[in-house]
Amino acid sequence: MTNAGTTVTADLPTPAVRLPRRRGIELTLIVVAVLLSVYGYCAVGLAKNGTVPPGAAGYGAGLGVLALLAHIAVRLRAPYADPLLLPIGVLLNGLGLVLIYRLDLETPGDRAAPTQLVWSTLGVTLFIVVVVALRDHRVLQRYAYVCVAAALALLTLPVLFPAVNGARIWIRIGGFSIQPGEFAKVLLAVFFAAYLAANRNALAYAGRRVWRLQLPTGRVLGPIVAIWLLSVGVLILERDLGTSLLFFGLFVTLLYVATGRTGWIAVGLLLAALGAVAVGRLEPHVHSRVQDWLHPFASIDAGHGPNQLAQSLFAFAAGGMLGTGLGLGHSILIGFAAKSDFILATAGEELGLAGLSAIFILYGLLVERGYRAGLALRDPFGRLLAVGLASIVALQVFVIAGGVTGLIPLTGMAMPFLAQGGSSVVTNWAIVALLIRLSDSSRRQYDIEVAA
Amino acid sequence: MTRHIRLAAAFCTLLLLALLVNATRIQIFESRSYDDNVANRRHTIARYDQPRGGILVGGKPITGSRDSGEQLRYERTYRNGPLYAPVTGFASQEYGTTFLEHSEDDILAGTDSMLSPFPLWNDLTRAQNPGGNVVTTLNQAAQQAAFAGLGTRTGAVAAIEPSTGRILALVSTPSYDPGALSGNSRSANRSWARLNADPNKPMLNRAVRQTYPPGSTFKVVTAAAALDAGVVTDLDAATKSPDPYTLPGTSTTLTNEGDGCVDAPLRSAFEWSCNTVFAKLGVDVGVRNMSTTAEAFGFNDTDARIPFSVSPSTFDTTLDKAQLALSSIGQYNTRATPLQMAMVAAAVANGGQVREPYLVERTTRRGGETVSTPGSRPVRQAMHPATAVQMKELMEDVVTEGTGTNAAIPGATVGGKTGTAQHGIGNSGTPYAWFVSWAQGERDIEPKVAVAVVVEDASADRSDISGGGDAAPIAKAVMQAVLGS
Repeated sequence: MTNAGTTVTADLPTPAVRLPRRRGIELTLIVVAVLLSVYGYCAVGLAKNGTVPPGAAGYGAGLGVLALLAHIAVRLRAPYADPLLLPIGVLLNGLGLVLIYRLDLETPGDRAAPTQLVWSTLGVTLFIVVVVALRDHRVLQRYAYVCVAAALALLTLPVLFPAVNGARIWIRIGGFSIQPGEFAKVLLAVFFAAYLAANRNALAYAGRRVWRLQLPTGRVLGPIVAIWLLSVGVLILERDLGTSLLFFGLFVTLLYVATGRTGWIAVGLLLAALGAVAVGRLEPHVHSRVQDWLHPFASIDAGHGPNQLAQSLFAFAAGGMLGTGLGLGHSILIGFAAKSDFILATAGEELGLAGLSAIFILYGLLVERGYRAGLALRDPFGRLLAVGLASIVALQVFVIAGGVTGLIPLTGMAMPFLAQGGSSVVTNWAIVALLIRLSDSSRRQYDIEVAA
Repeated sequence: MTRHIRLAAAFCTLLLLALLVNATRIQIFESRSYDDNVANRRHTIARYDQPRGGILVGGKPITGSRDSGEQLRYERTYRNGPLYAPVTGFASQEYGTTFLEHSEDDILAGTDSMLSPFPLWNDLTRAQNPGGNVVTTLNQAAQQAAFAGLGTRTGAVAAIEPSTGRILALVSTPSYDPGALSGNSRSANRSWARLNADPNKPMLNRAVRQTYPPGSTFKVVTAAAALDAGVVTDLDAATKSPDPYTLPGTSTTLTNEGDGCVDAPLRSAFEWSCNTVFAKLGVDVGVRNMSTTAEAFGFNDTDARIPFSVSPSTFDTTLDKAQLALSSIGQYNTRATPLQMAMVAAAVANGGQVREPYLVERTTRRGGETVSTPGSRPVRQAMHPATAVQMKELMEDVVTEGTGTNAAIPGATVGGKTGTAQHGIGNSGTPYAWFVSWAQGERDIEPKVAVAVVVEDASADRSDISGGGDAAPIAKAVMQAVLGS
């Protein structure tokens, strides 16, 4: 007992020279994610045709090779990165492909899974390019104005193209259609983060004080509000309300985090409420969405049969606790958006509340890991960028999942990684790539500090 | 900045929680109401997603299924569809279900919770049970004999086992193939339109859903009421019966087809079907006793189910004497289904006890484990056992030497009663030929079968003999089929 004190001193950990890199964990999780996806693919085939689908091996190999290449890129260029980010991306993308393949079986004339696989490959390629080429996220700060110019250009581009299903957000080139607004999300997040990081003191402390709100000078606030108004205005013109809501939320969140002024939240909510009422009143498309949300079964009572939202609710309800099993649900009844906006209903019906919760938790983890990188980073730009990217994922999941489950009015948007949509998959892989880079930086700098 | 990032993260957590709570609300707490919404097609899809269970006759299914590959996937097929149509009914994607397909739908479609070996587990997984089987009481030979006997004529046959109430045959002609209504193809639409437009009403189940004036076969009820009430005590004692008989309180007279009915004793009046004797007998028994006996046989029962509903047979309880006289010979307001008249014959054969008829012996899971045995039903005493013994004698006489000799089966004891029911304005329609009977084989300890046959378009020979001529041979064939099997 007498030498207890000395023992303690002797056992004090030596300062860690290197943080654990945990790449082995990442690899293991990726293998699990690929196996789960292949299992889902086989389960669909077994349920629908009684045989393992012929493409199972090819699908597994393709997804596995993609994931492995991404893993190697991370291992070489971002060895300290959070080990959860990439496996979550692989699993969600793999599951999305399974769900789309499953719905393809009900629509023999319209196969979306092969196209989605091509886009996923493109997405992972972009992921690798970003991880390999972007050595330090702070480089992006320099390109803030390039980013915003590109974002505005991308947003306005679809105005020149014909509307599809009431929204003017697509451009069609050859057989492929692209939704440029998706790419604009990341670019705008970079711009907001860079601008706010550069001007946060001026935003927070300069200018006049009105009630509890410290108004920044117009010179500082003006440009960013102008950009934001411009982007939201364009989106409203294009009737892409989901994305305009997303930009709005992104803007308010980053403004709040950058300045620390709660007042911005109040102003944001007030503006959002005013905007929502105005748009809901004036815009017939939105008005009908709100009516559908308030009375999802009105069309049934009126004898017109269930609308998409009602069909979606039926699908979720049919899933119950454990779901019908992959391939055994009837979410195809939802109709034309079953593979895109309403893909979550298929997950809800065939995987049940259990599977749906797992998916929500995967998104939650992705967001949490983004925020964690933001907390650990030291540079304001990096912090804001991490928070911005994580918030994009969180808001997007909330807006679309809330919409298809009747929690909030429905706005057309793609479920990250799950939904059919090339631009969306590519964008989300870019987001994960940036988060990988940010988390690598956050832990690497810690490593260096401890080592020093 | 750190604090605000944490708060923003907390906000995202709130959003996630809201999603989880809302998903739980829909998928667990409100799922039942969404599932039951009329516009939700999942129930319909699920019901046709697996083959329906079989309806069994003599241990073999008379139904099958065909995979259409469509959304409402399995379509019902029928073996010998027209033969069994009055029992099975149809099961159509478009037009719903009727008869056994309807009343046993939960079992056949697999939705009955009793089908589940582990009910709680199935509730959780929402697994669907394979459709169960419905084992009928039908006797295949009797059914075929009845169907062949009616042939191209319009009519119906009901046969039951007197001691149990098991329905052995239920036939209605003209019939149709219920398989033609399965699925929702265009040909099903055409069949539906054609069958509904057919003036012969092939989808009408004449054995249980059509009531006819029972005519002279109703004299079984009147005789039983007279014996039970003590109005007649000796079968061979002369009755005070004029011929023609003037209906009380009117100038209308009632006559007979044959001679020898003046003051005829009950035995010969029954044997030769004297209208005058039975009309007066009914009046002597009185409305009260007549209706009590008729209702004990099953008349005026609006809740009869076998398990699908049976049209109530009627005996009016508010009659003046003239109406009562006509009602007592199966005319005026008296109407009966063939099944009801089979019950009348069965009651006589079964010592005066009426067994409620039933068609479903038991229901089973696909594997054969019994789910339920609806079989045994309550018993009603329709007449004194002693009266039943006398009634058996009277009915046997009809077959041995009366109007029903066409039903005699060598080596078997057969009792019967003919009937020719007039109908239409001024009795202008072609009369319905009736025959009700029961039979007991040489080595049987009790009567094995009771039958009622009605033929709508019997040969226009307006004599009581037409019941014996047209309907009795059919009854005989059915009884022989039962006794021989």
